Formats: sequence, structure tokens, C-alpha cells
Amino acid sequence: MHHMTLTELAKGLKAGDFSSRELTTSLLDRIERLDGEINSFVTVTRDQALAAADAADQARAKGESRPLAGLPLAIKDIFCTQGIRTSCGSKMLDNFQAPYNATVVEKLQAAGMISLGKTNMDEFAMGSSNENSFYGPVKNPWDHTAVPGGSSGGSAAAVAAGFAPAALGTDTGGSIRQPAAFCGITGLKPTYGRVSRYGMVAFASSLDQGGPMARSAEDCAHLLGAIAGHDLRDSTSVARVVPDYLAELDAPLDGLKIGLPKEYFGDGLDAEVESAIREAIRVYESLGAKVCEVSLPHTHLAVPAYYVIAPAEASSNLSRYDGVRFGHRCDNPVDLEDLYKRSRAEGFGDEVKRRILIGTHTLSEGFFDAYYRKAQQVRRLIRQDFMDAFEEVDVLMGPAAPTPAFDLGAKKDPVSMYLQDIYTIAINLAGIPGISVPAGFSGQGHRPIGLQILGQHFAEGQLLNVAHQFQQATDWHRRHPTDQETT
Amino acid sequence: MQWETVIGLEVHVQLATQSKIFSGASTAFGAEPNTQACAIDLGLPGVLPVLNEGAVAMAVQFGLAINAEIPETSLFERKNYFYPDLPKGYQTSQMAQPIVGKGEVEIVLDDEVRKRIRIHHAHLEEDAGKSLHEDFHGMSGIDLNRAGTPLLEIVSEPDMRSAKEAVAYIRAIHAIVTYLGISDGNMAEGSMRCDVNVSVRPKGQETLGTRAEIKNVNSFRFVERAIEFEVERQIELIEDGGKVVQETRLYDPDQDETRSMRTKEEANDYRYFPCPDLLPVMLDSAYIEHQRATLPELPTEKRHRFETSLGLSAYDAGVLSSTRPMAEYFEAVLAVCGDAKQAANWVQGELSGHLNRENIDISNSPVTPEQLGGLVSRVLDDTINGKAAKQVFAALWNNEGQSADEIIDTRGLKQVTDTGAIEAMIDQVIADSPVQVAQYRDADPEKRGKMIGYFVGQVMKASRGTANPQQVNGLLKQKLDEA
Repeated sequence: MHHMTLTELAKGLKAGDFSSRELTTSLLDRIERLDGEINSFVTVTRDQALAAADAADQARAKGESRPLAGLPLAIKDIFCTQGIRTSCGSKMLDNFQAPYNATVVEKLQAAGMISLGKTNMDEFAMGSSNENSFYGPVKNPWDHTAVPGGSSGGSAAAVAAGFAPAALGTDTGGSIRQPAAFCGITGLKPTYGRVSRYGMVAFASSLDQGGPMARSAEDCAHLLGAIAGHDLRDSTSVARVVPDYLAELDAPLDGLKIGLPKEYFGDGLDAEVESAIREAIRVYESLGAKVCEVSLPHTHLAVPAYYVIAPAEASSNLSRYDGVRFGHRCDNPVDLEDLYKRSRAEGFGDEVKRRILIGTHTLSEGFFDAYYRKAQQVRRLIRQDFMDAFEEVDVLMGPAAPTPAFDLGAKKDPVSMYLQDIYTIAINLAGIPGISVPAGFSGQGHRPIGLQILGQHFAEGQLLNVAHQFQQATDWHRRHPTDQETT
Repeated sequence: MQWETVIGLEVHVQLATQSKIFSGASTAFGAEPNTQACAIDLGLPGVLPVLNEGAVAMAVQFGLAINAEIPETSLFERKNYFYPDLPKGYQTSQMAQPIVGKGEVEIVLDDEVRKRIRIHHAHLEEDAGKSLHEDFHGMSGIDLNRAGTPLLEIVSEPDMRSAKEAVAYIRAIHAIVTYLGISDGNMAEGSMRCDVNVSVRPKGQETLGTRAEIKNVNSFRFVERAIEFEVERQIELIEDGGKVVQETRLYDPDQDETRSMRTKEEANDYRYFPCPDLLPVMLDSAYIEHQRATLPELPTEKRHRFETSLGLSAYDAGVLSSTRPMAEYFEAVLAVCGDAKQAANWVQGELSGHLNRENIDISNSPVTPEQLGGLVSRVLDDTINGKAAKQVFAALWNNEGQSADEIIDTRGLKQVTDTGAIEAMIDQVIADSPVQVAQYRDADPEKRGKMIGYFVGQVMKASRGTANPQQVNGLLKQKLDEA
């Protein structure tokens, strides 16, 4: 039961094999037993989860028909949950309880899903290893000496470890896709504007997007259908009909045109990752797809542009954490400046401070044109690269990350950490959707490898279809780590 | 040396939307602190702004009223700085692409000289909260009720040359926004606040002098005083060999002086950048034309019409068009009585006198324009004379009757025009005043004109004010001169 997909669990509930309470209890017990080691949850909401499970069981007895009703999931601690702490992985918000639910949380509740709790993450979603959390690092369930990826590392680890069949994550530069790859699960970053950002603590507003992390593309299709859609509370959400993502899953891939961006197979790509991805491409060819090489010529500019735009927006978004109205406040401030300086110095971790400094600098008078404006120009070029490529092919494929999960503590230098996102960041800059699916393992350490599939704006249905067909032909996504009680 | 003053103004107008510019919280004034601030106004994590369309419509209406360009695309940006009453650590405002482009406003000076003041642009932004420094034992209180209130900041070119012109300009802006109904224009409640940029230069010099910005001046009178003080300060400074430094100053009405707040070097770097939470505002010509169709007649047009088609003097037209309630009152009186000159006299004379004496706004006048129009009609058709009319007005003011006609009836104020009745009264007065009659008749004819007043007064008294004074005058003259 701990490693079943949402789809399978839904069948089990319907058939009466187990109740929602039994399922929920079993998962909560498992979290209690094993998550001390993994550290994927920041807050476990046992009482609320059991109450919701009981309600779901009662509704089922009365003829419940919502497909996701009674199914548990975990929520990244970046989504506001009414009355339950939303820490965003930061000391700054260790004491913060929002008086409202994020739109996606509301939608999942309306679908009858049960939240098991809030998952660990890099502080304010800034990081690629989940080592930047006030609540400590998360361990990769496949290998406890490895990172789970980040920033949605807690969500990815919880799904991989059999704590939750699915989780919500957010992706600003790869924060769903890279941890999904590192933990051997399926993670989808939707098109910017497809999923409401209301109630999602902002990191970089023009890049942030929430999305599903689960054990199959089919499960992601279920979840995306539940959370997508226009929201009057988010002006950047798009008023566009949400298609039936499940209906598209079984379309055959015969004639599908796959482009392999040559820039995604260059220097710095781990040989084992490359061979796993090439093998996955052969699977697609066997399913009738046509493969060709394409070029995204501005790829090398994506990381620099991202590390101007994202910190610039972050420096402004994080100004509200000033110790005045909520969040961490230093003891006994002597004056206003002292209140600001110490509250922020104490409340934020190093990576967050680094990015606030970068962003403040790049927006400063005299530097704005050279950095921010230039980065926005680069952003348009990167977007155009993708538009040009999609003139020739239907989807793009490549690795989700240049290496399998690296060791905890291995990357001390921030820039080497930033380069982890070399294949994921451009997608956020372009606003297009991307999905990461399990595609093999590295020999050493048996760490998962993720295939990334990219599509045009609002082509989530196609991505899910392409990913699902791969999962019909392979079983990488059905593998799960064995429980390690201690390291 | 002869000095020239150069003034530019930034006027912040609070827009009269029901809810805030980016949230659904109420904008009503005077509520308990922090009771009108929702999660969005408080800047809680995860919340997002949604633009209030009403604020956009109001800004566009203002732009159309000053013949400004309305760009197809405008953009919200973030102005970043830390302040306790600024919840998000940035103010959402507009800079590079404001909603209203270049326009102009006509001002009229005391001597009826007209001048055009160019508007550089006007932009939408959110207001901050308020810091309260009293009653908190060494700490400050923050009230965020005002945070997120929509403001239209109207930025003029440095086209004003005196404090009087600056005041005339603010009055003109006040008239436009209140005519449009996009602001209550209440300066005491902070609905209009000005930042005044002042510099001086030797007369004839082209380049501008170094300016000082006087922040947050909130009355017509203070604007005038602050400018006068500042001009004098700058001239003295330069004449004493000093230099004006670019700085922000504060006007203190108690001391009647301006004081330095911060110099240019201490100024914030606001790190403006486009707000990623808000889409660009795109306005097509259909929308703009729709807004244009909602515009009322504006003060300048009204003033012109009052002069040309109603034949009022420039002065009367100016006073009666100065505010929308005044103009509407006057036009309602006119609609009833049909005589513009008489309506103007009554509104500016008897009515304004009473309103000023009791410090009542014309929109709360106890005498309705319909009542006043009814009264003026009875003067025009000679039902009552001027003296009785004042009595009727007083009765209406004191709510002693529903209409002029009712008061005229119940008090018997109808003018007596029956020649026989008036003659009888005159005969009586002549009979009762033999001494005065003798004096009159002995006097030179040219002195008689003055002396007749006594007899008129006696006859009017006898009629309890109801006799037609012209008739009394004529008949008296006849009778006294007969002998």
C-alpha cells in the first residue's frame, strides 16, 4: 500500500479493500517510524488528516463520486494552510500561521484529498539540495548519504519513501523536476499561469509555479486536473479551459517528433545520466517516435539570466519579512533599524541572504540596465529558442539534471550548486511546461536518473501522454527504495 | 536682483473607490486602526494583488478631462524601500509607463488672467499606512487601514511662478477631480496632498535653480505659506552667498517654516522594477471612448458656458463653477426660475452669506435649490418685493415653511399692487406727517429726492413691507408734488 499509485489507491478505496482511515493511519504511522531519519516533513497534521479521512469514508458510504476523495498527499511547506504553520523552510516563518488557504490547497480539499502535513524544503525555495532548510537537510530515501534535490526535496523524498502517494511542489528553476529526478518519481512543472500562485509564498513571482509530484504521469494528470485553472485572486493565472488530462494519456506516440537539444548533451553531463537518457530515447523510437537534434542556442545564458531575475524579484518579495507584523522579530530592538537588521539577520539563512544581496545589487541605480534589463532581453531570446524549436518538433527531451543525486555536503560553492539547474532553469524563463520521469539508475550508489520532457505553453496534456506511454513501456517509476531504519 | 520663482507640484489624489486598489478591503475613512486591512494590505506571505478596475476608470477619466494622452499600455512597478507603515517593503506604483500621459490644466488668477499649466503625467499607486507616535510608550503604532488606498499622483511641469499660481492650480485640480466624482477632495482627511517643488532663479535666466521638495502639504493655505517661506529662504540664502541644496523639506504649519528632512545623498535608491504580480494594463480605444462618454461637463467648460450662453460676468461664472455642488445648485435654481442673473445673485448673495455665516457646505444647505428657485420666481413675477423676499428666505432657512408660496401665503407677504390701497396708505401718511410734508414742499426740487425716503419708509411700514416700492415711490411723488 505504501508504494501504490494514487490510481491504484483510488481503486482500493472504491473496492473497499481498505478505508481512507486505514490508509491514512498506515501512512502516518510509517512517517512516524521512518521520517525521523529522512526528515521529509516539517509538520505532520495527524489529527486533521484522520478527521478528514473519517469524513471521506462517510462520504464514500453515501456514494462519494469524486475520484480523488479520501486519498492522502503531502504539501510543500510553501503553500499557505489556514491554521497550520507555513514555515517555507525558514526560521523567519517558524511561527507563522496563515489565516487563509492557498488556492491549490482549497482545490485539493474540494476534491476531497487529505493532507498528511507540510514537507521540508530549501528556505524560501532557494536551493537545489534541500540543505538550506531551517529544519535540517532531507535525506534521499534511495541513499541516505545523498541529497533528495531541491527545493521541493521534502515532497520528493516523502513520495519516494512511501510516506505519501503524491505531493505538491513548486518549481522556480527546477525545484519540482530536479528532486523528482533525484528521488525517482514523476514531477510536472506546469506552464506559468496554469496553476494559481495565490497563497504560495513568493520566491520569484514571474517564475514560480506549483505542480504535482507523484509516482506516475497518470497520477500527475489526476492532480493537475484538480489544481489547474484560472483564479481571480492571481492576475497572472490564465483564463483557459482545463482539459481532461486523463483523456489524452492513451494517445499513441506514432509519428511524435522528439527534439534533442544538443546543448543539453554537452560538457558537464554525467556519462551514466547520458546513457540512461539515450536509452529512454530508444524506447520512444520503439514506440514510433521520430528523433532529431535541435539547438537552443542561448542555453548557456539561462543560468546567468536566472540568477539576475530570480534574486531581483526575491529581494523585493522578501522585503515584507521585516519583523514588524509577523514572522521572526529580534529580542529587544533598540530602534527601527536595529529591529530590521537583527530580525532579518537572525531570521534568514545564508543562501537567502546571498540572493537578497544579489537582487538588491542588480536592481540598484547604475546597475539595472546592465543586469536586470539585459537579463530580461536574454529571457526573450531563450523563449524564442524554444518557440523556434517547437516549429520543428513536438516535444524536447533531455536530462533533468547533469548528474544523479550528489552527496550531502558535497557542494559547498554556490555556483556549482546553481549549475545543477542548468537543464531546468531555461524552462521557467520561457514559461513552458516540463515533466521529469524516472529513466534508470546510476551504477554507483543506485541513485535515480530523470528524463525531462518539455512542451509548448499549455501542452501539459501532451507531456503527460508522452510520459505515460513511456511508463507503460518501462517500470523505472515502479521501483522504490528499500526501507533503511538507520544510516 | 530680481528673482523668479519656479514651482512644480505633485498632487496625490485619493480616488473614491469603494475598495482598495489591489484588495477588496474598504477604503472608508475613520475606522478603528487595522480593521480595514486584509491579508493583502498586510502583505502576508503568499497573497497577490488584483487591480481594481474602478481605479483605472477614474485615472482614465482624469486623463481625458485634462486632454492627456492615454497610452495603450501602462505598467505597475515596485518602488522598494523599508518603512514600518509600508507592509510589503515596496509600494506598487507606476514610473516608466504611467496610465496618463502629457496633458494640461487651465488656471484662472484673481485678475481673470488665464494660464495653462502642463501636466507631465499622472500615475496610479497605492497609499501606505500611518505611523502613530503618541501613546505607545517609546514605541510606534502602525495603522494599516489606509494601506492600499488608490492614489492618482498628478505631476505638473515646473510652470508656476508664484504661490498664488500654485494655489490656483491645486484649486483647478480639486475642481476637476470633484467634478469627475473620482475623489471627495477632502484635504483635511488627506484625500488631496501635495509635494511642492520650489526653486528660484535670477529673472531672465533660462536654467532652473536647485530645487527643494516640500513634502505632504495638505491645505491650500499651507501650500501658499510653505512656498512663500521657502522662496524667501532660498533668496536670502543665495543673496548671502550660500547655495540651495537639493533636499526634501517638511512644512511645519505651527512654526510656519520649512525644515530639512533629508538631502539628495540620503535619498533612497528605490530600485524600481516591473511588478511581476500584475499584468500590464492594456486599454483599447473603445474603452477610452466609453470612459469619455461618461465625463460630465467640466469646470472650464461650465465657466465658459455660464459666461457666453447665460451672460454672467466672468467673476460670477468663476464663482458659480468653482465646485460641482455649487454649480449644480445654481443650475437647479436656474431651472426653476429661468433667470440666470437673478439666480446667480441669490446663490452668491443671500444663500452664500447664510452658508458662510454658519459654515455649512452648499451640498448640505437647509434651503433646497427648488425652494430658492421658487422664491426667485416670486420676485421675478412681482408677487413679492425684495424686502419680503429676504423674509421668505429666512423662513425657508429656518425651516418655517415648505415653499416660498406657502410662506408668502401664511404671512401675507404678497406685494400690494392695488393703486387704490396704496393711495389710501399714502394719504394717511401725508395726513400724519404735516411737518415733514411742509419741509418737503419748501425744499429745492433736487433735494426732494432724498427727502422722499422718509415717506416711502412710512408707507412700507404701514403695509408691513408688502407694498410695491416702485408704485409707492411714484404715487408719493405725484401726491407730494401736486400742491
